[in-house]
Amino acid sequence: MMQSMDVAVRCRGLRKTYEGNIEAVRGLDLEIYAGECFGLLGPNGAGKTTTIEILEGLLEPTSGEIEILGHHWHTNNREVRELMGISLQETRLAEKLTVYETLELFASFYRRPRPIAEVMAQLALTEKSDAWVGKLSGGQKQRLAVATALVANPKILFLDEPTTGLDPQSRRQLWDVIRQFQKQGGTVLLTTHYMDEAERLCDRLAIIDHGLTIAGGTPSEMIEGLGAHHRVEFDATGIVAGELEPWRALPGVGAIHEEDGRVVLSVREPHETIPALLAAIQNRHGHLLHLTTRQASLEDVFVHLTGRHLRED
Amino acid sequence: MNNQFEEDREDRNARVEGPRSDEHGSGSQVSNLDSPASAVRPIIGSRDRPIPQSPAHPITRPPGLPITGRWRSYQLLLLARLKEMYREPEVIFWVFIFPILLALGLGIAFRNKPADIIRVALVDGPGAAHAMELLRPASAAGTVKAVLLPAPEAFNQFRLGKYDLVVTPQAGGFEYLYDPARPESVLARSTTDDALQAAAGRKNSVPTSGRISSEPGARYIDFLIPGLLGMNLMNSGMWGIGFALVDLRQRKLLKRFVASPMRRSDFLLALASSRLVLMLLELALLLGFGAMAFHMHVAGSWISILTISTLGALCFGGVGLLTASRAQKIETVSGLINLVMMPMWILSGVFFSYERFPAILQPLIKALPLTALNDALRAAILEGAPLTHQSGRLLILGLWGIVCYLLALRWFRWT
Ligand SMILES: Nc1ncnc2c1ncn2[C@@H]1O[C@H](COP(=O)(O)OP(=O)(O)O)[C@@H](O)[C@H]1O
Ligand SMILES: [Mg+2]
Repeated sequence: MMQSMDVAVRCRGLRKTYEGNIEAVRGLDLEIYAGECFGLLGPNGAGKTTTIEILEGLLEPTSGEIEILGHHWHTNNREVRELMGISLQETRLAEKLTVYETLELFASFYRRPRPIAEVMAQLALTEKSDAWVGKLSGGQKQRLAVATALVANPKILFLDEPTTGLDPQSRRQLWDVIRQFQKQGGTVLLTTHYMDEAERLCDRLAIIDHGLTIAGGTPSEMIEGLGAHHRVEFDATGIVAGELEPWRALPGVGAIHEEDGRVVLSVREPHETIPALLAAIQNRHGHLLHLTTRQASLEDVFVHLTGRHLRED
Repeated sequence: MNNQFEEDREDRNARVEGPRSDEHGSGSQVSNLDSPASAVRPIIGSRDRPIPQSPAHPITRPPGLPITGRWRSYQLLLLARLKEMYREPEVIFWVFIFPILLALGLGIAFRNKPADIIRVALVDGPGAAHAMELLRPASAAGTVKAVLLPAPEAFNQFRLGKYDLVVTPQAGGFEYLYDPARPESVLARSTTDDALQAAAGRKNSVPTSGRISSEPGARYIDFLIPGLLGMNLMNSGMWGIGFALVDLRQRKLLKRFVASPMRRSDFLLALASSRLVLMLLELALLLGFGAMAFHMHVAGSWISILTISTLGALCFGGVGLLTASRAQKIETVSGLINLVMMPMWILSGVFFSYERFPAILQPLIKALPLTALNDALRAAILEGAPLTHQSGRLLILGLWGIVCYLLALRWFRWT
């Protein structure tokens, strides 16, 4: 893994300051290995689009070094572009062209494109072949955007928020397409602000906030890094709102906080904590109203690191 | 098969996905739903069919140019541009129908017709009957039509434009009320005066005669059609290049294109070519319409008319490119385009001759690209002037085009 052959994308000290002194990216280091699906996870405005567009050679970085499959921007741009499939965050493709015409056009830009029929079939667009792009649903449009990337027959796929705004079903369809591409040896870099997407789809990821990497690694590493990676959430009678101290003494409890009137315990082993919790409530002559346990998620990692939620909306 | 039904089935399939590690196992998924058709199937897509050999219906390449090799992207870009245009009814209207309607409307409104009968209000009173008597020959010849009216009504109707002249009989003569700013009023005064004087016995001291000339080539419609052609080339160049580019930029499609290995020169060439294809249609349509509807006579050679039009289309393509070089929003570029075009609609002699503007403005007006284009088109179409006699105008067009194009290359942003 450490040989340079295996690194598909590398960037060092990436910075981007927009006009008006907006520091969108403030020194980012990334190494994306060939064959993996790498995710940039972060809230809106974190600098994900800026980063991915710099890597795609569409934006000039203020400073920093970039290497893509051993190539550098400026030296052999056309060659690099032959290797990349790109879907931008927001592209409104020509509305009055059909799906087939759109893909045929994009295929013509590449030396070794994939057969259009094959790509349409893979993205479930075959039946829409002769439909105008303007008449497609949101999910179909997004699949077409990914199809224009796949028709390039790329080695690396860059996807900027490919599933934002899609219904759950369309999201899953796209996840499947991405996995299929990866299984055939492709490398994927995607950005997302959905933590479940990052968790389920990405082999490794970088959580970015305010233009900086605040955590990196595999999703499970990061969640385990929290230490107590289970959450026990409960509500009971006979407990005083805001009074969290009594629960700290329970076995295996890490952090405690209150959310929506419920007490949330971060615990290492639920099977040790829960019996003790029930006993403690009984001691206070209380009555359990609600109890759930769940695995910690990347959302919890983000909350732990920043004190904020990924999606504030 | 009903599409909604298909989507529903996809939905149910999606919900039975296993955890991640399972999904990585194989290229197909086993659904445990009871749907009989949902046995082993590809990950997504044509559900009852294997991928990719047999899509729902055979995919046929739409008829078109045989597309292969180095120029494939260029040809497809050009085709895409043209398809987008002809699939947009508004474009068809503004580019093709509107100029024809304009020519038709203006051609009919300002068609050459026999001079109007002069409408005279004769103020009732002493001497009015005598005046009516004197005007009888002119009235019989159909040049003057006099109506007897009471004074207030005569003056009022004159003010409203119903009469061109008011004649008030006075002791031993007549008083004319006319408006020197209204050509027909001035004409009415002199014609009526001639008629009265002649009837009263005036003799001409010098014999004069006249010949009639009313040939195609000197009519308003002949003046108008080349002007409309020039204006159309300007409009569609500015909108077809300037607006189209900013639209593509705002939709992030320009960015999407340059994210691929597409040659930017192919893209720009396709854009310019689409303008030239459209130019040929506009030219054929307007001149054909002029010839058919108004028996317009095209004096110049097709080569020179084509050369001038091409130069004009490319020149305004360059201006369009410049206006589009930075704008991020279509509202911005629309404003810019109108700002550039508005003065030329008025100054460059589209609907009326620019000779009417003060002399001090003339050099400026003549330096405008649309003036050069209109003058060159008129000279070629109406007078058959050879290109060699038009080098000045062609130079102006070329310079505007080149300067705008070079500036646009410096400033143009793809993203
Ligand atoms: N063209 C631009 N000019 C100025 N500021 C920008 C521009 N594009 C993005 N920004 C700012 O840079 C920051 C990062 O934006 P972006 O990379 O789009 O974030 P993300 O994709 O993570 O939502 C934001 O604060 C955004 O407002
Ligand atoms: Mg973004």
